[in-house]
Amino acid sequence: MLWQKELHGANLVIRGARVLDPAEGIDARLEVRIDSGTIADVAERVDANEHRIVEADGLVLAPAFVDPHVHLRTPGREDEETVASGTAAAAAGGYCAILAMPNTDPVVDSAATLGALVEAARREAEVPVGFLAAITRGQRGEELTEMGELAETGAVAFSDDGLPVASAGLMRRALQYASTTDRPLALHCEEPTLSHGGHVHEGRVAAELGFAGYPSVAESVAVERDLALAGYESGRVHVLHLSAAESVGALRRAREAGVAASGEATPHHLVLTDDAVRSLDPNVKMNPPLRAEQDRLALLEAVRDGTIEAIATDHAPHATHEKEVPFEAAPFGVTGLETAFAVLYTHLVEPGVLTLETLLERMSAGPARIFGLDRPQISAGTPANLVLLDLAREWTVGERPFRSRSDNSWLLGSKLKGVVRMTLAGGGVVHE
Amino acid sequence: MIRLVTDDLRPPEGPPKRHLLSVADLTRDDVERLLGTAHTFETSLERHVKKLPTLKGHLVVNLFYESSTRTSSSFELAAKRLSADTLTVKSTGSSVDKGESLKDTALTLGAYDPDVIVIRHPQIGAPQLVARVTDAHVVNAGDGKHQHPTQALLDLYTIRKEVGRLDGLHVAIVGDVLHSRVARSLLQAFALVGIRATLVGPPALLPRELPAETTVEIEAIRDADVVYVLRMQNERMEPGANFVPSLREYTARWGITPERLQPGQRVMHPGPMNRGVEIDPRVADSPDSLITSQVRSGLVVRMAVLYDVLTGGPVGVQALAAAEVA
Repeated sequence: MLWQKELHGANLVIRGARVLDPAEGIDARLEVRIDSGTIADVAERVDANEHRIVEADGLVLAPAFVDPHVHLRTPGREDEETVASGTAAAAAGGYCAILAMPNTDPVVDSAATLGALVEAARREAEVPVGFLAAITRGQRGEELTEMGELAETGAVAFSDDGLPVASAGLMRRALQYASTTDRPLALHCEEPTLSHGGHVHEGRVAAELGFAGYPSVAESVAVERDLALAGYESGRVHVLHLSAAESVGALRRAREAGVAASGEATPHHLVLTDDAVRSLDPNVKMNPPLRAEQDRLALLEAVRDGTIEAIATDHAPHATHEKEVPFEAAPFGVTGLETAFAVLYTHLVEPGVLTLETLLERMSAGPARIFGLDRPQISAGTPANLVLLDLAREWTVGERPFRSRSDNSWLLGSKLKGVVRMTLAGGGVVHE
Repeated sequence: MIRLVTDDLRPPEGPPKRHLLSVADLTRDDVERLLGTAHTFETSLERHVKKLPTLKGHLVVNLFYESSTRTSSSFELAAKRLSADTLTVKSTGSSVDKGESLKDTALTLGAYDPDVIVIRHPQIGAPQLVARVTDAHVVNAGDGKHQHPTQALLDLYTIRKEVGRLDGLHVAIVGDVLHSRVARSLLQAFALVGIRATLVGPPALLPRELPAETTVEIEAIRDADVVYVLRMQNERMEPGANFVPSLREYTARWGITPERLQPGQRVMHPGPMNRGVEIDPRVADSPDSLITSQVRSGLVVRMAVLYDVLTGGPVGVQALAAAEVA
């Protein structure tokens, strides 16, 4: 279900690093040998076999990251991102797998469009990439896509991300039919008659600045509706980019009641609140919007207790000229692949809000589990999907050009701690 | 928690330019200085020759993306009274019609080296964008539902002139607060000078989170020294939005009529009025109405703002002496 260009399997020995794989229960100073892209040995001392040796004293070696929510903008807006540039950005961010959303132009709603993307990925993807296909044709919310053929062509899941499936009746039909493909539905939960025209969380900041409000309840009523339908139809759903405390509460209750539901949160929703909008910087405009501190804290608690199993960037590249406009005229979305680990390490792990183990789990094993992907792991016999992290080193975002074709990062100019020194994805060294 | 002002969003190099973008950027001292300067200019306008040489050789560009009578005419006249050259660009009939972006329009006008760009725009933050990409001093003449700082200043000027003080007064702001940049600017200005504000109107038009008392009861205007009536902004009311069931019902429940006012209560309105909707014509034309006084204040306050952003201080003795010579 994932595709990558052909690359040479690495022959390496990484030694001196703290090897940290929370899912395997490993946290020790170990050496790792990789033969032709496969982890061959993990031990206190491994035979170097004349391989290149990477001295990694003081670094952390962990399973590489999985991002279940990326916009590659291809086809249609190759000026903003391509399969090559988006996967290069992922490699730089420490990812060994990403999933791309289908809200392109044309929408990925047919086997032909999906097939062309798969071919592009085989030619140019730096890291393994998978594709979601749309739930409805053209994301118009009227007719279901041919999910059977799309699944056979390689769709990992189905989503109308960017737009909600507004009709409850159609959502029910989608749940019923998607069950025949054994693929989850990834849901953009937004009640359009409540969010209508809103740019900013409906709260004090929007009231003071005069922005049309996009209230939390516009998300949470849609989350409640879709979880109720998923429970009724025994469907599998994944709630994208959770932003509101009420939505998190709904997800927690549904999971406790046995609904096959998962959820994700983005770095920006975990670190920022709507207070950031006072800058009027279009690079803090996203959908769903940044919300209040209590929402941020609820998301954090859910990441800690596992209600939210995945951290997803919702990497959404936009052309510079489209963001160099007044806030209300700017499109929703920010980039995130190249900054996700560092910003979360700097603002959540360093201050002691989140453990490094939990962060690594939610950025790797969690999302892999949700979408049925092989879990990146540090054990002999598995493909090398590894990230080597320098937690002590500081850097300034934007000091080096982004690998992404777009630079609409909310972190431009910020100092962060934590550098991705090396990424192995699908057995090859894709970033160093 | 994170500094969001990024390198390419910082103003161009050199000392920071004086802009008037938001009342939120002003201190009480700024307000007092601006009102004092406006008062000086008002005195000068009583002379036979009304033109002052103060800003001779300066260029003031008025860039208007929304229709306006009061604001655009008073800015233009204010600049002329101070002997500045003026250039007015309206979005209709300009390259904006051809899809030119705000950034490019600002860069184009910026190439003429204007000293001040006065901008009105339907989107929040447009003046900040112009301030970033040009070297001009920028004055916000209204951006979306965000800010209209010169309106707030001229209202303070009017209240002080007509009521005699600011500190300790109570003003009821009635009507469509949600869509009103005037209300937002006034709330911040009132907080600076010690005026208590009560917001009155239908629930869907009163944002819950504003830092002011809010009530749906029109009787709440009874205790106010000044009743500030907001325009029911038809043009912002999309069909089917259902903020209120009908204008007729709005008028019946929240319209300002002589019967709802107490003796001695003063009435203000930023204009343009919908007579017979939010304000009864008898109120608008009564001696307690300060509406025409507001328009007169608009001229001298905008003179003060242009003067202040360019010189950074109150009108000096020299400036007035020069005026007498002229």
